[in-house]
Amino acid sequence: MSLLHVRDLSVAFPTEDGRVQAVDKVSFSIDRGRTLAVVGESGSGKSVTSQAIMGLIDRGSAYISGEILFDGHDLVNSSDNDLRSLRGLRMSMIFQDPLSSLHPFYRIGAQLVEAVQIHQKLSKADARSRSIEMLTKVGIPAPEKRIDDFPHQLSGGMRQRVMIAMALINNPELLIADEPTTALDVTVQAQILALIAELQAELGMAVILITHDLGVVAEVADEVAVMYGGRVVETGGLDDVFLRPQMPYTLGLLSSVPRLTHDVAGRVDPIPGNPPSPINLPPGCVFCPRCAYSDRVPGDLCQTTRPDLLEFSPGHLVRCHLDATQRQDISATVLAQLAGGQ
Amino acid sequence: MAAYVIRRICIMLLLLLLLTLVVFVLFNLLPGDPARLYCGKTCTPDGIIAIRHKIGLDQPVLQQYWEFLRGLFVGRTFAPLSPDPIECHAPCLGYSFQRREEVLPLILRALPVTIWLALGAFVLWIAAGISLGIYAALRRGRWQDKAVTGISLIGYSLPSFFLGLIAIFFIILRFRLLPFPSYISPFDNPVQFLQTMILPWIVLAILFAAFYMRLTRNQMLDVLGEDYIRTARAKGLPERKVIGKHALRAGLTPIVTAAGLDLAGLLGGAIITEAIFSLPGLGSLAVDSVLKSDLSVIVGITLVSAVFIIVANLIVDVLYAVIDPRVRLS
Repeated sequence: MSLLHVRDLSVAFPTEDGRVQAVDKVSFSIDRGRTLAVVGESGSGKSVTSQAIMGLIDRGSAYISGEILFDGHDLVNSSDNDLRSLRGLRMSMIFQDPLSSLHPFYRIGAQLVEAVQIHQKLSKADARSRSIEMLTKVGIPAPEKRIDDFPHQLSGGMRQRVMIAMALINNPELLIADEPTTALDVTVQAQILALIAELQAELGMAVILITHDLGVVAEVADEVAVMYGGRVVETGGLDDVFLRPQMPYTLGLLSSVPRLTHDVAGRVDPIPGNPPSPINLPPGCVFCPRCAYSDRVPGDLCQTTRPDLLEFSPGHLVRCHLDATQRQDISATVLAQLAGGQ
Repeated sequence: MAAYVIRRICIMLLLLLLLTLVVFVLFNLLPGDPARLYCGKTCTPDGIIAIRHKIGLDQPVLQQYWEFLRGLFVGRTFAPLSPDPIECHAPCLGYSFQRREEVLPLILRALPVTIWLALGAFVLWIAAGISLGIYAALRRGRWQDKAVTGISLIGYSLPSFFLGLIAIFFIILRFRLLPFPSYISPFDNPVQFLQTMILPWIVLAILFAAFYMRLTRNQMLDVLGEDYIRTARAKGLPERKVIGKHALRAGLTPIVTAAGLDLAGLLGGAIITEAIFSLPGLGSLAVDSVLKSDLSVIVGITLVSAVFIIVANLIVDVLYAVIDPRVRLS
């Protein structure tokens, strides 16, 4: 039994311009100790998915359907209070910008102590020593001094360490990291990723890493879910998705990564066009307008019919109208081109 | 922190000195003859010359400013060589030749009325404005929000002279719910004091409450969209505490600034409200002095109300540093 099992999760927001289908029938699952990377461009629905799992989406202003099973608890139909008692205790989240995510008016000690005392009946002194212990664990030097700092007195990397300490202070089973390194310097990014991996190994928690950085994915993920236009378009093990990509969008993502091994003339191939507006999704395959291979699909299947997420090999699922042979051909050609750049 | 406060106090003292200069230039050096104004309606050319001499207008400008400054600190004597010299005790804000009285006692008599008026209205508008603002923000887009915002727009658009006259007409004259306002100190007759002040308080508070409601609502909406509010929720904090602790602390900070300055502005006299309800405060004194062209009183009131604003600025800045640690340390 997976720790977290998401099936057919849909999230839509009513707006003045119409109903925005931010997430459409997303499914994935994750086991304890594993890392799932959710990859996609901005607006692909990856952040909304994670916030739906955490119960951070105001249900009064959104339609949420489908199933989110966390260790057997059905989160979609839980009361606000049940969700609240899970948040920060059994599942935690860290965010992109650690400066704006920490309250500017409270010392980090106060924010950490609060996180402990919400869920555990500990005295202030005990919660404080637990906080110092946690700050030590995330690699903050002189934590008994730093604990009385305000967030703006710390560097970006230190702030993200504080966020991690706060998220993990109650030993959660699931950590959702929403682009945790995007706002940081490149050198600090690697440290933060290493820290998350280290704490994951120690605590045995599952990690959902939301990112658009394929380099990060290659480094830490066990499984990958590629999202586009609010849908999962390809999912599988890291090797499945990176070495045997099937969906043209995944191929496009891989081709658009700049490589040091490219010779100077070697190009980076960006995917032409822009992601679709979530208000006005194309009726067929959402990637069709940008897909270079849609003409290989007979008829106007791509333009009119939503493809299903189908199993290609065990654990490797793809949402595409191309048949397996066509995809193999395309994949082989593109990968050969990428390798040819070396 | 102490260094910050000391630095601010030094700046404030400099500002006050500059202020006396501006007020002096404004009233003594601009076109128009102060002696003519001091002299009043029944005036002869000889009278004007006598007054010029009396208030020292025949002396060099720098000398005049020096006397003015000296008067503020050690007092001064007008027409010291004449048979009836006029003594003005420190701090000498001037002498009203029309009322034959020093300006400072005049102001000190009027000030308590204005302070009571301003404080009472302040309490009302802060309580109403902030609570309604939070309420509207928490129900953004729903009918409660629209109702509160709409009512505040009406309150914001009603001029206080209109509101005041309507209140007097219906509540005092027509339905006789309250006696006609007649100011008395709360220490002498608290009941009559309350009966007199309740309408002016409400009339004055409505305009400000409408403004503060909108300010609070917008502040809260901004803050509720902040990442650290999402963090507070992600920690599992109950919504009551997310709003009451994390959001309020950040949302109310700019309101402290606005409130301090508005209160200080009112202490210089709520001219319209005081005039409508015949409250003998600074505002009424100012109007009366303008009508009588009693320049020295106007100078005094200008100085006093400017001092209020400068001091309030200092208090607000220090308070802000206490509330927001980022200000303190940068």
